[in-house]
Amino acid sequence: MSVIEHLPWPLLRQAVAARRGTGDALGRGAAVRSRGTEAKVARTATADRVADSICPFCAVGCGQKVYVKDEKVVQVEGDPASPISRGRLCPKGSASTQLVTSPSRVTTVKYRRPHGTEWEDLDLDVAMEMIADRVLDARRKGWQETDESGRHLRRTLGFASLGGATLDNEENYLMKKVYTALGAVQVENQARI
Amino acid sequence: MAEAHPVGFQWVMEAKRKGATIIHVDPRFTRTSAVADLHVPIRAGSDIAFLGGLVNHVLQGGHEFREYVVTYTNAATIVSEDFRDTEDLEGLFSGYDEERRAYDPSSWQYASGATTAASGQRDPEQAGGVQLQGGSSDSADQGSQGPGGGDSLSTGGVPERPERDETLQDPRCVFQVLKRHFSRYTPEMVEETCGIAPEQLAAVADALVRNSGRERTTALAYAVGWTHHTVGAQMIRTAAILQTLLGNIGRPGGGILALRGHASIQGSTDIPTLFNNLPGYLPMPYARDGLDLDSYIEQDTASTGFWGNSRAYLVSMLKSWWGDAATAENDFCFDRIPRLTGDHGTYQTVLDQIAGKVPGYFVVGQNPAVGSANARLQRLGLANSEWVVVRDLQMIETATFWKDGPEIETGELRTEDIGTEVFFMPSANHVEKDGTFTNTQRLLQWHHKAVEPPDDARSELWFYFHLGRILRERLAGSTDPNDRALLDLTWDYSTEGSHAEPSAEEVLREISGTGPDGSAVSGYTELKADGSTRSGCWIYSGAYADEVNQTARRKPGWEQDLTAAEWGWAWPANRRVLYNRASADPQGKPWSERKKLVWWDEDAGRWTGDDIPDFEATKRPDYVPPAGAKGPDALAGTDPFVMQADGKAWLFAPSGVADGPMPSHYEPTESPIGNPVYPKVTYSPTRQDFDVPGNRRNPARSRVYPFVFTTYRLTEHHTAGGMSRTLPYLSELQPEMFCEVSPELARMQGLDHMGWATLTSGRSAIEARVMVTERMRPLRVGGEVVHQIGLPWHWGPNGLSTGDAANEIVEIALDANTHIQDKVGTCDIRPGRRPRGPALVEHVASYRRRAGLPDDRDVASARGGTLVPGGAGAQADPDGTVARGGPGGPAKGADEESGGSGTAHPGSDGPTDDRGGDRSDHRTDHRGSTA
Ligand code: SF4
Repeated sequence: MSVIEHLPWPLLRQAVAARRGTGDALGRGAAVRSRGTEAKVARTATADRVADSICPFCAVGCGQKVYVKDEKVVQVEGDPASPISRGRLCPKGSASTQLVTSPSRVTTVKYRRPHGTEWEDLDLDVAMEMIADRVLDARRKGWQETDESGRHLRRTLGFASLGGATLDNEENYLMKKVYTALGAVQVENQARI
Repeated sequence: MAEAHPVGFQWVMEAKRKGATIIHVDPRFTRTSAVADLHVPIRAGSDIAFLGGLVNHVLQGGHEFREYVVTYTNAATIVSEDFRDTEDLEGLFSGYDEERRAYDPSSWQYASGATTAASGQRDPEQAGGVQLQGGSSDSADQGSQGPGGGDSLSTGGVPERPERDETLQDPRCVFQVLKRHFSRYTPEMVEETCGIAPEQLAAVADALVRNSGRERTTALAYAVGWTHHTVGAQMIRTAAILQTLLGNIGRPGGGILALRGHASIQGSTDIPTLFNNLPGYLPMPYARDGLDLDSYIEQDTASTGFWGNSRAYLVSMLKSWWGDAATAENDFCFDRIPRLTGDHGTYQTVLDQIAGKVPGYFVVGQNPAVGSANARLQRLGLANSEWVVVRDLQMIETATFWKDGPEIETGELRTEDIGTEVFFMPSANHVEKDGTFTNTQRLLQWHHKAVEPPDDARSELWFYFHLGRILRERLAGSTDPNDRALLDLTWDYSTEGSHAEPSAEEVLREISGTGPDGSAVSGYTELKADGSTRSGCWIYSGAYADEVNQTARRKPGWEQDLTAAEWGWAWPANRRVLYNRASADPQGKPWSERKKLVWWDEDAGRWTGDDIPDFEATKRPDYVPPAGAKGPDALAGTDPFVMQADGKAWLFAPSGVADGPMPSHYEPTESPIGNPVYPKVTYSPTRQDFDVPGNRRNPARSRVYPFVFTTYRLTEHHTAGGMSRTLPYLSELQPEMFCEVSPELARMQGLDHMGWATLTSGRSAIEARVMVTERMRPLRVGGEVVHQIGLPWHWGPNGLSTGDAANEIVEIALDANTHIQDKVGTCDIRPGRRPRGPALVEHVASYRRRAGLPDDRDVASARGGTLVPGGAGAQADPDGTVARGGPGGPAKGADEESGGSGTAHPGSDGPTDDRGGDRSDHRTDHRGSTA
């Protein structure tokens, strides 16, 4: 490391580097390096592993690299290998790390009873059983065997579903499969909206 | 595109660097306009007139790509002599039924008889509105007159190729019909309708024509600027007509690129969580007498072209779902698919929720309380449900409507009165689960799980698998035949990890399909109609070919050519350009060296090239189908559009489209002007609207609501904001709801840059920060100056960056083909913040009164009665609209009303608004009542 990089003030480093032609007068490259920055290591370099992923926001489908350390996502970067995105991410894709680590993310089941004024906590398994009860009940309430002219319908209008467009294909497939088997037809998605 | 698909836009810039001309047509000047060669400001919702002007330019000037048009399109086909154009009927096509506000398309057929559409309306009753009577054979006969009917190409077993005039001179050939139809779209008419000067139109037209033909191609890219209109499907049809005439379809650098908005919105359409389709665009069956597998295949799908193999696709899907229980003897369980009777789309459902008819609602990664048109009605739907399950990452508005929603603030609802039970189920995000997204170019890309989801957070795959498992356990031993569909379902996915997460890879393999020996099939051509193969979605068949997850392939771009065929997997069959047979001339040679993509290799006896040919590999270019041929065999070696029953691109659509065989301009659902193109028909005659409390349409040419608004999205936010307004970086980049107005409008209305404005429509009022910018400019149309306001729609009251939702003021008015809402409407804009609390309700009602609309102040009016405490199920409606079945047997006819009620509302021209002007169109509105 040359002496310039050890000069204390960034502006001084910049000026000297420009003068000597060894750095960038615009304050890039060597001019912005210091002992402090030398000691820094990128989170991507110290990650335990990297998973290949795809940006969950828009339909361009940019490639992502997800960096994991101690079983936590520490960084999400663009994947240079993607022929679609060539490593780039827009502001949304670049903010993906926050999508995962957001402090306002809710990670436990919340329940609001009829007429209730506050959320309550609920065990996940109990919630699943309660939802199953309600599905069977609503299915029965909205069941239609035939229409008024006796034509076979065998469906329920007792419950509806509206999905988002960041669901995986495999998820949509299980949704359509189980809903159809239950006789539900009001199965919709952001794709309609 | 630079705003909403920023990283995709790099390829537009690459093209520009190589000399491409970039033209941007948009009401606003945006980041795209900034780098385009030409920006053409347009009045929102007038795109059919603009594109129609281009079509007219091509046809009048003889600029079409003649050889392509004659051979590859239906230009030469003779149309029935019963057909009457909008030119003959002053804005309506033949077959219009005023009462049903729907068309009977039987007069739009080819002279040689009916042809089934490859998509769109395929059920004969739904399309033709023909009430079929009697048994299945009768239905088949009658159906053959309707578009979805058995097509006459096979009538009597003798196939009849449609009658054609390849000189394109016959006055009834599609080419001449089209030419007459579009002759009205002169440069002057375009100016009067769109606000685009003739010189600008000429500049666009010249660039298009110059850049199309053998040596060059032009691509059109669009997003919901075309989709979100009561005539959205027809806007896209107009683009298809233009591109087909210019020979820009199926060729490299050509096409019409639908820029879809979200990570897997294409996938959600392919494997549809949509009411009207089964996987792979097979239509959901509508209730018909004697409907069975045979009659469905015969009537709802074409017998020629690749839809001729529909039985193989459907039977393979039924086998994937019901496994060994699906046999030839029981029609492969076709009976177990529930039947449709009308519009069961999300907007109809919300109105039914408000009426207390739908007890339960799953909202999965979606935020309708902000993100759907007429957000207030969405919340009233939630408040009138018995239970709602919201699955999301964050506490979105749809989950909290009962606690702090806008109606709580206005006093229209009280938390204690809302009976809805709400389950908030935390979900896993994309790095916490395996699976595929399908991007906007039909490319399936696998994302790998990086970490386990925290606490109770689970994937949708987990939720639906385990919910299904629990339901099956509950019903085990049931003797109710209606439970067989669930009990026989193939549902034995293996699970892994501490959460018992089902294997997404196994699900993908099931979607892709397996052969008689249980090993992965190579693609849909291997699927059989005899039940020996399985595939959950035929167009995705091959995604797991060779027992390899093809979607997880990530060979770096730098190791591949531009096609990059080894990155991910595109449906169908990993083809990257659809209908690419059209990239070669009828003899199979590339149209030009510069634009070659696939071609016929005579020595090898097969199609080859830089992409996977979208054509039967060994079908010779000179192949002529024998009499009586079915399926793909019925298409000639020069028929590139292999999903079409006649193998041709349809310049004129004899079936499948609800609102006409050719596009016509009609005004957006709300407009400050009349229809300059067809003065007697202002709005789309088939539009689906809902004249109910809370969804009143602003009168035509209203002075109370004199300005046009149009919604749009920003680079820094995502749909209804659940994944972006909650993130610090993105909230900092776009911190607040705003509206864009021109300096002229700001002066007129006294609006200050950075100040506040209140925007009021017949539905509600919202406030937004004002951005005064020359990016918006007033347009002179129909002899008047039209001011447009740009409204980003991402905001809502929750999250880090908050603001009013644009959807509060958007009307529910839908395209009859797609049941998708219009993004354009009218409003007033005034300086200052909106009233708060009950004053907001009074403010909106006072506007309505001035406009002559019903007062509708009481929230209860939205459901035509009192808001029932406890929601729909806690107390049944007085009129008993939620029918209850006893535990032993399901109730019948719970909701007969909703069956067809959404398709048309003939009575919706209420006496209290000036909608009487729709057809006769005159200035009957309230010009005296100045806002
Ligand atoms: S990074 Fe931006 S452009 Fe790329 S997929 Fe994500 S949202 Fe779309």
